[in-house]
Amino acid sequence: MAGENCLVANDWICGEYLRSRSQELTDATVQHLWITAVSVLIGLAVAFPLALLARRGRHFAGPVLGLTTVLYTVPSLAMFSLLLPLFGLSSALVVTGLVLYSLTILVRNILAGLEAVPQEAKDAAKGMGYGPARLLWEVELPLALPALMAGLRIATVSTVALTTVGSLVGKGGLGNLIEDALPSLFKAQVLAASVLCVLLAVAADLLLLGVQRLLTPWTRVRATTASGGVAPAVKAEVG
Amino acid sequence: MGVIGDAWTWLTTGTNWSGEGGAAHRLGEHLYVSGVALALACAIALPLALYLGHIGKGGALAVNISNIGRAVPVFAVLALFMLTPLRDSGYWPTVIALVLFAVPPLLTNAYVGMTEVDRSVVEAARGMGMSGPQLFARVELPLAYPMIMTGLRSAAVQVVATASIAAMVGLGGLGRIITAGFNTYDTAQVFAGAVLVAGLALLVEGALMALDRLLSPLRRRRNA
Repeated sequence: MAGENCLVANDWICGEYLRSRSQELTDATVQHLWITAVSVLIGLAVAFPLALLARRGRHFAGPVLGLTTVLYTVPSLAMFSLLLPLFGLSSALVVTGLVLYSLTILVRNILAGLEAVPQEAKDAAKGMGYGPARLLWEVELPLALPALMAGLRIATVSTVALTTVGSLVGKGGLGNLIEDALPSLFKAQVLAASVLCVLLAVAADLLLLGVQRLLTPWTRVRATTASGGVAPAVKAEVG
Repeated sequence: MGVIGDAWTWLTTGTNWSGEGGAAHRLGEHLYVSGVALALACAIALPLALYLGHIGKGGALAVNISNIGRAVPVFAVLALFMLTPLRDSGYWPTVIALVLFAVPPLLTNAYVGMTEVDRSVVEAARGMGMSGPQLFARVELPLAYPMIMTGLRSAAVQVVATASIAAMVGLGGLGRIITAGFNTYDTAQVFAGAVLVAGLALLVEGALMALDRLLSPLRRRRNA
C-alpha cells in the first residue's frame, strides 16, 4: 500500500511506478536505443566518404565542412520540423535529423585523424607496394581510429540526448514518456525517463571506450612503455 | 512543393505576426531569453575559465563539465523545471536551462584557449618583466581570443536551439509557432516556424562570425 501511495502523492521517486510501468519504460528505452544506434551507424556510413572527399583538397573540404556546420547550426526542433513535409510523423524523420547532426562531429574527427597520420608511415607503406585502398584500410584507418572513436563517442552521447526531441513527432524514445507525463505533472515518470536517458548516454560512452581499447591495442602498449611512438602501430598492422 | 508555398503564405500574412501568440512577440521572447541567458553564462563562465587557465589548474573540471552538458537532454531539464515551483516564475525556467547549457562550451573553450598559449611565449613575457596581470591582459588573453570566440559561438548556437525546445514544455519563444502548428495539424505553420528558428540561428552564427573578425586582436596587429 505504501508503494501505491507514492503514485497518489506524486513523489519524485516512486518504486511502485518503476514496478507497474516497467514494460512501458523498457519499450521506450528500446525505441531510444535503436533510434540512436541506427542514426549513429548511418551517420558514420555517410561521414566516412564525406571525410575522404574533403581530404582530396580545398575544393571539396570547403563545401563539405561548410554544409555540415550549417546543418549543425539549425536547432533540432527546426530540423525535425523542416523534415516533416518529406517524412511525415515517422521515426525516419527523427533518424534523418539525427544523422544530419552527427555528420559535423564525425566528418571533422575522421578528417583530423586521417590528416594526422605520419607521412613516414604512409611512405613506408607505399614503399612496400601498398595501393591506395590497402593503404587506407591497413595503415591510415587504424592510425586514425583514436580520433574517429573520439568523434563517434561525442556524436553518440549527443544523439542519445537529442533523440528526446523526437517526441515532437511521437518517436522520441524516453522523450515520449517525458512529454506524456508533463500535462499531468507526473514527477516520477519525468525523473525516471530523464535519469535513464543520462544513464544510456554514459553506458554508450563507456561501451565505445571499451571498443576503442579492443580495436587499438597498440595505444595501451605505448601508454605503458612510453617509448612506442607510431612504430608499433605500423608493425602490428603489417605483421 | 505545396508546403513551401503555404509556409511562405503563412510568413507573409500580417495577422500571423501580431498579437500575444504572433511571430513578432515570439521572436522578441526568443531574443530576450537568449540574450539574458548568454550574458549570464558569460558572466559566470568566462571569469572562472580565464582565471583557471591563467593559474593552469582545473583542467578536469573544464573537460568533464562539457561532457556532462552533452549527455543531459535539454528537453528533460526543461521538463524537470516545469515540475518545480519555477514553472510559475515567467521566463526563469528557460533562462536557467539556457545558462546551464551555455556554460560548458564557454568554459571549456576559454580554458583550453588559455592553457594552449605557447609556453615559450609566456616565459619570454615573464623574462621581459611582465607581472601576472600584464601577462594575462597583453599575452594570454589576445592569444586565447580565437578559442574564446569559438566557445561564444557554440554557446550562442546552443542557446538559440535550447530556447526553441522550451516550447515543447509550454514556455515562450519562437518554438511555440512550431508546436502550435503540430497541435493544429498545420504543416505549413510548422514549416514556417522552423524556417524562422533556423534562420535566426544561422543569423546569430553569422553575426558572431562577423563580430569575431571585427574584434580580433591579431587582425588589428596585422593591419597596423
